[in-house]
Amino acid sequence: MSLLTDAKVVKQMELAPHYYRLVLSAPATARAAGPGQFLHVRCGETLEPLLRRPLSIHAVNRERGELALLYRVAGRGTALLAKKKGGDTISIMGPLGRGYTMPSAPERVAVVAGGIGIAPLYFLLQETGARGQSALVFWGTSTKEQFFRPARPVWDLKGTKGRYLSIVQEIRAQGHQIVLATDDGSAGFHGTVTDLFERYLNNPSGREEILSLYGEASTTSGQIKTDREAGGGPGAGLNFYQNPESETFARVYGCGPGVMMKELCRIIGTHKIPGEISLEERMGCGVGACLACACKTREGDQGGFRYSRVCVEGPVFPAGEVIWDD
Amino acid sequence: MTENDPGRTAGKKPDLSVNIGKLRMKNPVTTASGTFGFGLEYAPYLDLNRLGAIVVKGTTLQPRPGNPTPRLVETPAGILNSIGLQNPGVDRLIGEYLPYLAQYDLPVIVNIAGDTVEDYAELAGKLDRAEGVAALEVNISCPNVKKGGMQFGSDPYMAAEVTRAVRGNTDKPVIVKLSPNVASIAAVAVEVAAAGADALSMINTLLGMAIDVRRRRPLLGNVMGGLSGPAIRPVAVRAVWQVYREVDLPIIGMGGIVTAEDALEFILAGATAVAVGTASFINPRAALEVLEGIEQYLVENQVEAIGELVGAAHRA
Repeated sequence: MSLLTDAKVVKQMELAPHYYRLVLSAPATARAAGPGQFLHVRCGETLEPLLRRPLSIHAVNRERGELALLYRVAGRGTALLAKKKGGDTISIMGPLGRGYTMPSAPERVAVVAGGIGIAPLYFLLQETGARGQSALVFWGTSTKEQFFRPARPVWDLKGTKGRYLSIVQEIRAQGHQIVLATDDGSAGFHGTVTDLFERYLNNPSGREEILSLYGEASTTSGQIKTDREAGGGPGAGLNFYQNPESETFARVYGCGPGVMMKELCRIIGTHKIPGEISLEERMGCGVGACLACACKTREGDQGGFRYSRVCVEGPVFPAGEVIWDD
Repeated sequence: MTENDPGRTAGKKPDLSVNIGKLRMKNPVTTASGTFGFGLEYAPYLDLNRLGAIVVKGTTLQPRPGNPTPRLVETPAGILNSIGLQNPGVDRLIGEYLPYLAQYDLPVIVNIAGDTVEDYAELAGKLDRAEGVAALEVNISCPNVKKGGMQFGSDPYMAAEVTRAVRGNTDKPVIVKLSPNVASIAAVAVEVAAAGADALSMINTLLGMAIDVRRRRPLLGNVMGGLSGPAIRPVAVRAVWQVYREVDLPIIGMGGIVTAEDALEFILAGATAVAVGTASFINPRAALEVLEGIEQYLVENQVEAIGELVGAAHRA
């Protein structure tokens, strides 16, 4: 079910230069939303820029009837959106598209995010964390500032009341384990997140080391301990990665730039792990009518292809379905 | 009559119905082909029954995969697209989409496109026999396919030949969609009218392109594309104005209509009906809001029937 709604801005925070977290009040939309789905957002009031902007849903609080977006200012539309303040109204359509398939409860899952690709995966982690299922998260950015500065969480997280948390800390507070990579080596693993992920998969005996070297402690924002680290607290009873050496993933979830998604598909294809990735494409209508946001997907078993609509058949696709042209 | 004439007091609904050849529409607002899919995509956002008609996505004999990506570029107050007539083919249209649309009280106009004159004739024949087709819109003006398409639309005699081929295979109203990418749109309109068209729709997109200055390459996968949106509205209004003076056929006017005021410009220039296109991407309810605005304009200006306004700017 998708709705066209005038959502009220609850608040907006700048988490790093050009990166914003926007909280909207839209109860019916929040209730219907699932991880991986997106909103088609009217950023301005005029005909310039003309089109809505597709932004993935970053987090949801169904009791409060609120949902959050996490986005980078990339052009005129998002620059206008960044100016919105509490009390303003924004026209949104959604939730739209096909999201991630939620893992079945006992499954071990990995989440691989590139840069702002963490936005929809955070929602997935919020949902799996809420039912006590922990994931191993690999998050890579170009530099450490893009893991964002600690801020007041959008909504209070259990056991962290009043604290300022970075997104990395929020993810941990929800019961997940996270390792980081940066292109410039300023935090975590020095290299791409897909390289780190592949090393982890390829080298079982080195996994403990990866988890300890590139976990939260490797970032400068890691000084604040969550309740879990202090012993007890929200995630204490969760089934954490006790024995990473023998661990395999039942499923991998990805979101990030195209080149990274292509690489991720290669890696999980090699390891024969099923996965789902979220794609981005220039979008017109957002409802499957205009056929602008096409991506090549496999058709039949004769090596054929078709153009699928990212807005309707996606934005999340099974990793093996997407065809990557060079 | 005076303002106090009892026949014109508030409460009396103006007559919004229009005729496009034999096709009677309960109001003059329809959707531009390619911008409204098969209607079902927009059903969650508006009551399709309220529209005067819908024009579905351009249909070809065989399914088409469409053009390489990127297919869309945002330009000042407009968009460039090169979808390449991606569509499931006429057989699936007849087998799946028309039966779905039959649940609505909504005339369905099918936009057809081909590579050859024979393609158009065959499409017309198939759709003439199909249930649930109110009229055919003949796409002789799509800028995004290599063969046919605009090549037919840019030559008045080729345009006439395609029109005759369609006319010869159907009794349904034949609406020919004209391209603005010609020296004289009126000259094409005159030939198409003589070849038996019942109505004209205009305008299709303007051929354009955009370049990524960082990569130093065209932004569209297909290099060139069709420009639509508010940016092209003055061109479209001018085209309707010119054709209205030369040809005595009903016109469905389109090109950048976002508001009722925009639509009224087309009607005053000579359009009998209007189509909302790109605006549906921004506001899925745009077509209904245009309709409501037209009705309000008629009430406020005490116009009894929309027909009174058609071409009224010529008579000022």
